[in-house]
Amino acid sequence: MTARNAQERLLDVKGLTVEIDGRRGPAVIVDGIDLHVGKGETLGVVGESGCGKSLTMLSLMRLLPNKIKVTKGTAEFDGRDLHKMSTRELRKVRGGDIGFVFQDPMTSLNPVMRIGDQLCEPLIYHRKMAKADARKRAVELLRLVGIPGPEERLEAYPHELSGGMRQRVMIAIGLACDPKLLIADEPTTALDVTIQAQIVDLVKDLRNKLGMSVVWITHDLALIAGLADRVVVLYAGTVVEDAPVDDLYANPSHPYTRGLLASIPTLSDAPTARLSSIGGTPPEPGRRPAGCPFAPRCPLAMDICRREVPKLEPISSGGSHRAACFAVNKALKAA
Amino acid sequence: MSAEPLLRVENLVKHFHVRLGAFGEKAATVYALDDVSLDIQEGETLSLVGESGCGKSTTGFTILNLHRASGGKVIYKGQDLTRLDEKTMRLFRRDLQIVFQDPYSTLNPRMTVGEAIGEPMLFHKLTTRAQLKDKTAALLQDVGLPTRFASRYPHELSGGQRQRVVIARALACQPKFIVCDEAISALDVSIQAQIINLLLDLQEKYRLTYLFIAHDLAVVRHISTRVGVMYLGRLAELAPRDALFQTPLHPYTKALLSAVPETDPERERNRKRQILQGDVPSPLDPPSGCRFHTRCPIAMEVCSRTVPEWSAARPGHLVACHAVNSGVS
Repeated sequence: MTARNAQERLLDVKGLTVEIDGRRGPAVIVDGIDLHVGKGETLGVVGESGCGKSLTMLSLMRLLPNKIKVTKGTAEFDGRDLHKMSTRELRKVRGGDIGFVFQDPMTSLNPVMRIGDQLCEPLIYHRKMAKADARKRAVELLRLVGIPGPEERLEAYPHELSGGMRQRVMIAIGLACDPKLLIADEPTTALDVTIQAQIVDLVKDLRNKLGMSVVWITHDLALIAGLADRVVVLYAGTVVEDAPVDDLYANPSHPYTRGLLASIPTLSDAPTARLSSIGGTPPEPGRRPAGCPFAPRCPLAMDICRREVPKLEPISSGGSHRAACFAVNKALKAA
Repeated sequence: MSAEPLLRVENLVKHFHVRLGAFGEKAATVYALDDVSLDIQEGETLSLVGESGCGKSTTGFTILNLHRASGGKVIYKGQDLTRLDEKTMRLFRRDLQIVFQDPYSTLNPRMTVGEAIGEPMLFHKLTTRAQLKDKTAALLQDVGLPTRFASRYPHELSGGQRQRVVIARALACQPKFIVCDEAISALDVSIQAQIINLLLDLQEKYRLTYLFIAHDLAVVRHISTRVGVMYLGRLAELAPRDALFQTPLHPYTKALLSAVPETDPERERNRKRQILQGDVPSPLDPPSGCRFHTRCPIAMEVCSRTVPEWSAARPGHLVACHAVNSGVS
């Protein structure tokens, strides 16, 4: 693993709140999220659909769709608040210091532009490279992400490549300007396991070579185990647990994290007759219950959980492992 | 295993004829299924795994005659289903049901849950109008939904609830055999476990036989009796669950298992993965000989020339690999 001393924060998000202007009035989708990424650190952001993980990351780049707005909070990147930058300043950051890899390589590449031109675009725009130099760099990038015959591939259109190859091209574009931070939003969800293993291997390798920070958004707790230094678990727009990767899997604390881990069958456990599952369904965005959003599904729920929202509090001596749960904190105080 | 199987698939072949090029000027053939043979025993869960385009869903569709087979047989109750016309086939459809992947597109948005579940019962004359309401309510209870859901529309339900409705609809015909085509893939992790448990409960209660088509190997290991691994339209390996996961023989099975991530950071970091190079070749132009030879780490010269024989390496453990058959690996 790279730099474990993640004191120096590259990205520091505080109290981020995102609201949607729905038919039933404004609804909170992301509710005061705090998260940070250290230099050289890989942060896993885990949660199920609708938990706000993608919107959180899109909001950093101000790429939110219409009617969805950031209403509170700050997001400092390298000491500057992304939300206060002018569009012009922000444009320099997007694709420059912050690289993005989106989930769906089928729709996020321009279908009528050759791969080479799409790769050169950020290099010419951000790094002011001459076309010929940009093309040389594009070939290097394609080679870096393991695409065979990179010179010929520059001339290809996205539809001529397989899904795995397209995702590699997406990663190459994300890496084009040597970003300080790479944000990858479920980059392997649409891919088969053997291709997923290739991509994960590639990102690990590049991270170690280039020393960049990575935010990897996923719903897959197994995938992130071997990749992240630290993991943040989201539920219904809030952070419920934040821990160094080994702590999280050895000692999952929030009942949601525990339920999630228990409900994943693995290749190493003895296959049991029934899987443990979390009853009920996550609340719809904008229809969250009062108090802790997980309370209606929680086996440990107490009265207070239905009234008040628990804060993210340290549960380990060093303070690096935090959970937002009344029951966990109560048990800690009693011990 | 020697008992008469519920369903026998013999040398099933499926080709799709497609037109390529911007104006459809080029005719081509997709070799989707090639010489697939398997028996499905009553009460078992036989899973088919493999990557996209390997033909696992096509196998399920072709068995149910939703795709017309290009060759081979599907024997059920002494009849070859592939030769039946649509009208005769309808009589068999009662026994043979399917649950599709996407619970959003497989329910008619204009039909209430009750209507969706009731329709197959009325069609197959399994109920009278008078009894319909009670039977629908019983089915909803079977799949763990409140009976008041009968009057709801699909858009009012969550993904997991919809999938329960789809399962109830399949159950309405009192089937013997259900093809679960990626039935849990579209659901969130916490909901997946609920649906898997439901499928297991129903299997026990009604002695159902499942053909479970999935790409998640951990889930497959959890619920299967036997597992078949497919690659580019052919079966690579077929074995009882524990044999397949503990002593896989085919190099593709080994690579597939090695690619599955585990929820253990320490092990994941230190794990030696066998990472396959390249992509799955196109089924429009599958490789000669063994279709896996272009990516196989132990390919020999013979592999590119001859199709490996589908043979039993151990009793009940079938594999198609020259290296395994000749004792190299």
